[in-house]
Amino acid sequence: MKHGIRHWGPGLLMILPSIGLVGLFVYGLIGWNISISLSDEHGSIPVDTSGIDNYTSLLQEQRFQDSLENLATFTIVFLVGTLFFGLMWALLLERGLRGEGFFRSMYLFPMAVSFIASGVVWRWLLNASEGDDATGLNRLFSTIGLSGLENPWYSDPGWGMAAMAMPAVWQLSGYVMALFLAGLRSIPDELREAARIDGASEFRLYRHVIFPQLSPAALSALVIIGHMSLKVFDLIMAISGEARITEVPAVYLWGMTTIGDDAKAATIATILLLVVAVVVIPYLIFTSRWERR
Amino acid sequence: MRRIPLVAVAAAASIVLAGCGEDDGDGSQAGASNEVEVFTWWSEGGEKAGLDGLVQVFEQQYPDQTFVNGVVAGGAGSNAKNVLASRLEQGDPPSTFQGHAGGELRDYIAQEQIQDVGHLYEEEGWNDVFPEEVVSLLTEDDAIYSVPANIHRANVVWANPHVLKNAGVSQPPDSIDAWLEDLQALQDNGVKAPLAVATDWTQVHLFETVLIADLGPEAYNGLWTGETAWDSAEVTRAIEDYAALMEFTNGDRAGLDWPDSNQYMISGRAAYTVMGDWSYAGFEEAKLKPQKEYIWFPVPGTDGVFDFLADSFTLPVDAPNAEGTENWLRTVGSAEGQEAFNTKKGSIPVRTDADPQAYGEYQQEAMQDWQSDTIVPSLAHGAAAPLGWLEEITSAIGEFSSSKDTGKLQEALVAAAETYTGSG
Repeated sequence: MKHGIRHWGPGLLMILPSIGLVGLFVYGLIGWNISISLSDEHGSIPVDTSGIDNYTSLLQEQRFQDSLENLATFTIVFLVGTLFFGLMWALLLERGLRGEGFFRSMYLFPMAVSFIASGVVWRWLLNASEGDDATGLNRLFSTIGLSGLENPWYSDPGWGMAAMAMPAVWQLSGYVMALFLAGLRSIPDELREAARIDGASEFRLYRHVIFPQLSPAALSALVIIGHMSLKVFDLIMAISGEARITEVPAVYLWGMTTIGDDAKAATIATILLLVVAVVVIPYLIFTSRWERR
Repeated sequence: MRRIPLVAVAAAASIVLAGCGEDDGDGSQAGASNEVEVFTWWSEGGEKAGLDGLVQVFEQQYPDQTFVNGVVAGGAGSNAKNVLASRLEQGDPPSTFQGHAGGELRDYIAQEQIQDVGHLYEEEGWNDVFPEEVVSLLTEDDAIYSVPANIHRANVVWANPHVLKNAGVSQPPDSIDAWLEDLQALQDNGVKAPLAVATDWTQVHLFETVLIADLGPEAYNGLWTGETAWDSAEVTRAIEDYAALMEFTNGDRAGLDWPDSNQYMISGRAAYTVMGDWSYAGFEEAKLKPQKEYIWFPVPGTDGVFDFLADSFTLPVDAPNAEGTENWLRTVGSAEGQEAFNTKKGSIPVRTDADPQAYGEYQQEAMQDWQSDTIVPSLAHGAAAPLGWLEEITSAIGEFSSSKDTGKLQEALVAAAETYTGSG
């Protein structure tokens, strides 16, 4: 009893304001959103579904399925792209390049630009015109004699969303590089030396010693990039605006609030939250176990 | 040492509480009694010039009122509509806001967010000078909910005369079929994408004019009341014509907006573009010469039909300074106000007693057509159908832009019509 309220009281008091604020503004509003998504608040839209029907009818909709498909393409390209470039740059820099600081900053800088600002520029770079009318990247290709590479970018029905992921890869690869670089630097030199003394080739050194040590960094990168990608909205609005061909759930949600269909917008928001939760929650469980060790 | 966290917590808590308290005073920024906050999305070009003209007249007519510009730019009005929706929901409406006559206004009426302004019509004698077709789009259950500022025409083809001349196309086509032949001739002559279009909504704009051309005005109006079936053979034909037209359009359409497609036509990359007559204000502002650098004619097959939309101003429920709003509405409906606004915006005045001499060449022609043509409401601009229906059609048209599947497009259109009219 000695360690009663005097023990945990101040600590609790300390975090009470943030518990209150987070409870109200995060979990309270999530709850409110879910209750709207189950309601029949469709504004002036003559649809009278409510409850779970809101979810089933949305999931059966071609338009929503298309938006999920677009999101999947975008996320895969975004993830693979950033992890590939991030790891490659980190490995190159880690080998003790001259002017490392310069390259590190150069790769990191795009992250400082907002998606909206870079989106405006990429909208022009990814212009779909070809031949004499080409601008942006297509123009560059035709000028340097690679006109075979000209393509419609995000206007392409099949792989448009992969082109849409290019600006995102450009912006976030440097960040992933920083994560990997920190991971690489935390590997003690003794491990490498021990492996070399045991006669491991450079390839086997990376394959069996370095990469396993990098998996926490890779997981962090995967989750951070993954959840950013699933919530993407600003980049797409800046590049193509409200176009069906590049629609993702967040853009669809926005369209529904514009016409006043609150229930449908809230339904999309809830599904989006669940999709992000699938990525983030296992990560949180994993890290809390890792830290307890 | 134990005490320090407690003190810090207390201090932090009081800061947080004080922060919360300050927000309560929000929403009073438009409280000053003589300010009229006019909410629009007219932030640039001919639209802004028109608004400025209107403000000048307002300040002359009502010098004791102060105009406050509540403009929200971007997204062809969709950004503004989001801001407006949340302000109306929070009970913090502007003094007046812009709304397209027709379906768009109905949404606000249904949610009881705007008020009857019928008494202004009586006081100012507007019932005699505003055409019935327009007023009926503003009326619900004998109450009139807004004051129209202008009339725009949507079914206009803008064309580049040099490009047409080079390909030997001399006459404006009189039907969609004849137009398709001209487009083919242009393409054979080296104009790769002779018909310029832009992002999804401009494609809906084109589609609506094809519907009017193939169905005629009466059956087109029936689409919105449920009298014309969306799965009929006429609609199938219109969709096929539309698909044929889309074969002549630019592939980079998804990344463009309407000023870009207009520019394609002006620069000669395309020969035609179909856009409303706000284009005219843009061409005028760019000091382009009508008849020399650009020409216009009704969309083939729609000669004698005026596909119209009208901007109007409303009196929101609980508007701050309602008297100021009513004065603004009086200016909007006055002859001077309409002239100052429309001569710059490219549109024509709603008042039938306006003097055509004050207007440009295109507008004089449009004013004549307005008197003689059959008038139909525009879909793409919120006059024909509620916003939700328009959103569904826009999505289907956007899907068609990449899939090119006419059957799927018709299915989606039929499904949308079922939701909104209860019949196919």
